[in-house]
Amino acid sequence: MYPFTYHRPTSVVDAVKMFGASDDAAFLSGGHTLLPTLKARLAAPSDVIDLTALPELKGIEETKSGLLIRGGTVHADVAASPLVRRNIPVLAGLAGSIGDRHVRHRGTIGGSVANNDPAADYPSAVLALNATVITDRRRIAAGEYFTGLYETCREPGEIVIGVEFPVPLSAGYAKFRNLASRYALAAAFVARTSAGVRVAVTGAYNTGVTRPAHFEKALDADFSAEALDALDVDPKDMLSDAAATAAYRANLTKVLARRAVAHQGEVLIYK
Amino acid sequence: MITVSLTVNGKAVSHEVADETLLVEYLREALGLTGTHVGCDTSQCGCCTIHLDGISVKSCTVLAAQAEGREVTTIEGLAKDGSLHPMQEAFRECHGLQCGFCTPGQIMAGVELIRTWEGPLDEHQVREEMEGNLCRCTGYHNIVKAILKVHKETRGSADA
Repeated sequence: MYPFTYHRPTSVVDAVKMFGASDDAAFLSGGHTLLPTLKARLAAPSDVIDLTALPELKGIEETKSGLLIRGGTVHADVAASPLVRRNIPVLAGLAGSIGDRHVRHRGTIGGSVANNDPAADYPSAVLALNATVITDRRRIAAGEYFTGLYETCREPGEIVIGVEFPVPLSAGYAKFRNLASRYALAAAFVARTSAGVRVAVTGAYNTGVTRPAHFEKALDADFSAEALDALDVDPKDMLSDAAATAAYRANLTKVLARRAVAHQGEVLIYK
Repeated sequence: MITVSLTVNGKAVSHEVADETLLVEYLREALGLTGTHVGCDTSQCGCCTIHLDGISVKSCTVLAAQAEGREVTTIEGLAKDGSLHPMQEAFRECHGLQCGFCTPGQIMAGVELIRTWEGPLDEHQVREEMEGNLCRCTGYHNIVKAILKVHKETRGSADA
């Protein structure tokens, strides 16, 4: 790791101020993306601002429109939360499928959503459930929030305070894991919401988390796995790497979307 | 440089370290607790698993500064009064190790799993929960056996 200056703010306001006063700061949430990135010398921030101890970023609560999960809440706590398990069980299951046990003890929803890794799990749930990302300065609809690979519409120094999830009529998540990295090689989150069916795919698209509009249209007309039979995903839109070609991911995307439709209420993890 | 003060294996410690020091580096290099191993250094293998306030974490992916004021337990802190911890004893009895490199992490993960797990625990669940600890000797069978043995002994679970 390149040297940096470590800071431990006592409030979100304090953290934002520290960011503004630094040359090139990075926020540290669970650290399970940032620290490996720093160790690989892929980033060299001048300052690291540790958000892990901020009480404002901890906890899960019911709101008028659903569930608010604060940004510093670790995956293990979302997976075990009676509130999440009762209201959006598939979201609890998704959280419980991230990384491994020790990673889930550290990794946070805020970190995942802020980083927007194209193979991360949470962005698919945030987008499919039409959640709202709440930052220290505004509320952002999921559709506007994610803007590309590792890109969001956050401004420099903008902190994800939490994510507010509306409760869907039903939801399902199907993931095929990369055996080495444990990230999604492809995963589909399919939700039936009051505003229609929403499908969000992670791990596969070269645009990051993406909604296949033709899938949603077909499922709005006929919510069945068979409704997707005649549809295809264009390999030109897919990521391609040593683990899976674009054509393979295109096929996998359709297979996983079909299964998430057929198994609403379930989390299916293939590895 | 930054000063970190924490409790390691029941003993208060305090050192001045570089801000970017990893917790595993601090444990191994400042405290000489070399039982915590670095296998991959990329948060995958689990050889560096320790307990931070009783919860299992990969100490290669936590800064020493983040352990300020916290309690750390390493493999060196398990045995009491010259007697092995039941998990260490079970690994010995079940031959839950081959080369031994991953063993400290496996044992720390197993101890935390048994301490926090509620209800019955079967072989499949142990394998799922221990996914973050790799054994390149592929000696998983006896590792799982050792953990189930401790679960059965401490919880009296018939399903184990």
